[in-house]
Amino acid sequence: MTDTTPVPVRDDPGRADPAAPAIELDGVRKTYHSHGDTVAAVRGVDLSIAPGEFFSLLGPSGCGKTTTMRMIAGFEEPTAGRVRLDGRDVTGVPANKRDVNMVFQSYALFPHMSVFDNVAFGLRRKGVAKGEIKARVGDILGIVDLAGREKRRPGELSGGQQQRVALARALVNRPRALLLDEPLGALDLKLRQAMQVELKRIQREVGITFVYVTHDQGEALTMSDRIAVMNDGGVEQLGTPREIYERPATKFVAGFIGTSNLLSGEVGGVDGAQAVISYGDDGRIVVPLREDRPAAAGDRLEVTVRPEKIELLTERPDRPGSLVRATVAEVVYLGTSTSYLVTTPGGAEVTVFQQNATNADDLAARGDQVWLAWEARHSYAIGTA
Amino acid sequence: MTTTLTAPERRAPRRRPVRGRGLQIYTTLLVAWLLLPIAVMILFGFNDTKSKQNFEWEGFTLHWYAHLFDKKDLTTALVNSLTIAALTTVIATVLGTLAGLALGRHRFRGQGVSNLVMFAAISCPELVMGSSLLAMFVATETPRGYLTILAAHVMFSVSFVAITVRARAVGLDPKIEEAAQDLGAGPWTTFRLVTLPMIMPGVLSGALLAFALSVDDFIITNFTSGATQTFPLWVWASTRTGTPPQVNVMGTLIFAVGVLLAIINIAATRRRARTH
Repeated sequence: MTDTTPVPVRDDPGRADPAAPAIELDGVRKTYHSHGDTVAAVRGVDLSIAPGEFFSLLGPSGCGKTTTMRMIAGFEEPTAGRVRLDGRDVTGVPANKRDVNMVFQSYALFPHMSVFDNVAFGLRRKGVAKGEIKARVGDILGIVDLAGREKRRPGELSGGQQQRVALARALVNRPRALLLDEPLGALDLKLRQAMQVELKRIQREVGITFVYVTHDQGEALTMSDRIAVMNDGGVEQLGTPREIYERPATKFVAGFIGTSNLLSGEVGGVDGAQAVISYGDDGRIVVPLREDRPAAAGDRLEVTVRPEKIELLTERPDRPGSLVRATVAEVVYLGTSTSYLVTTPGGAEVTVFQQNATNADDLAARGDQVWLAWEARHSYAIGTA
Repeated sequence: MTTTLTAPERRAPRRRPVRGRGLQIYTTLLVAWLLLPIAVMILFGFNDTKSKQNFEWEGFTLHWYAHLFDKKDLTTALVNSLTIAALTTVIATVLGTLAGLALGRHRFRGQGVSNLVMFAAISCPELVMGSSLLAMFVATETPRGYLTILAAHVMFSVSFVAITVRARAVGLDPKIEEAAQDLGAGPWTTFRLVTLPMIMPGVLSGALLAFALSVDDFIITNFTSGATQTFPLWVWASTRTGTPPQVNVMGTLIFAVGVLLAIINIAATRRRARTH
């Protein structure tokens, strides 16, 4: 990427309320009627996205993330609830009158227009002066590294280039928010990773709120300031990538984001802010108690722990925290790390990642008896089962 | 960014060299077979005939080109044919484009029936359509003439336009129109700047079809014309007494315009292919 003059962060003379979130969804619902049934695509979503934030809606297909985005864009109207942009209620305002722009998964470039005309489309609709259009289109094409390709047709460009035209076509309007609907889905892995970094850089450079829809948890974790994990039309958890990864609020989030291990057992006792679950004959799981989910002795508790937090040991160590006996079922060498699939006496399958830092050999082989140890703070209670 | 990719190489259309003479001879014969009647028509437009009939070669003349519009009723018939064809093209193209877009883009109640009616209108024998139109016009006491011809021509051309436009509209990504809307274009601007240019090839071929079908229609026109003459009707009537060479000249000119349009179309397609 060559040096380019950054597009100035827009001052906001039109902001209804300077303290208001860029985007606010208030009890938004969307139901469809099909074959006499009422199907809820989005069931009561409340979101508040700050100006300049990189916000992701993450979830499997059919979770309602795209419908939610289309309601922000104005392509769908909510069945109930309000949509506010910069504090102004835009519910019922059509898409062409909303100051947000969208980048489509299929890019949706105008095939009969040159790159320049594609990018200038929005500015021409607003009646921006010719000279200014030329300057702004030139600037934004520089930012997305497409300077000199103004006269090309979209069909003459590669997938990655078309993607950047789509981005430029939206960004050149300096919208209050940019909505991106799985914009990298059609690119191959290498280009996708390069574009993730690019997108993040462009977002910093232009300072516009990004709302990013994706089913790719890696993408969401890499780029976002905050993520809303959606499932079945509702938000399962809202938080920073670290919060969502390390402290998944529900079983769904734990399973959807990364690899996670689920262990359950009966609470033997509560020691201050920690619950201790006895596991097997001589094992235990120590888990910090959550204020929002209190547990008492005798309750069954589900606990999640990430594979890279667990240490695999051949002898029972003498240390605080969780300790669980297990049998190695599978060893998979992954280059930088080795993945062990082990089974506990309770029948649970646990995945453990160990860095291949110094060890020349594997710690354990199939069939070996091992001990799993991890610190109390790495256990996370996700519910009473 | 270091992953910038170069634009795909432009492919020059390259044809496979034809091997062997058999195919060449066959192609030449086929083209000759197709062109022979047209060649005869053009040739006899230059025939210095003295009789009422124009079947025997009697020498070269440009007389008929100089006196092209001498036969008033023939000229009127030609003007009728051309104006009816032009009006039919405009009306059928507008109506057919809208119908084709609706059928290609949206799901609605009665869509299946609309599709069926379109194809029925195309596959219906012209004699049946012509006689039923006549029956309808007689029953409703509509005076037959220019307007009934026009109405009939619009009716049978509209389906052709609708079907060519529909084929084009089905392949359109609806997100492209959403993108236009998202960038601030209202429904009309979106249609004018995005939808219409994208379906234009379908609209143009539909319009050409409509014109071609209308300008030389005989059967349906014969049923609905009343006292109004069109070029095909006049030529048909004249065969009993002898077709004047002016008919050949007019036919030649219509053919020439058609060839010219075809060449323009090919040139435009080549130019588009180059810039895409």
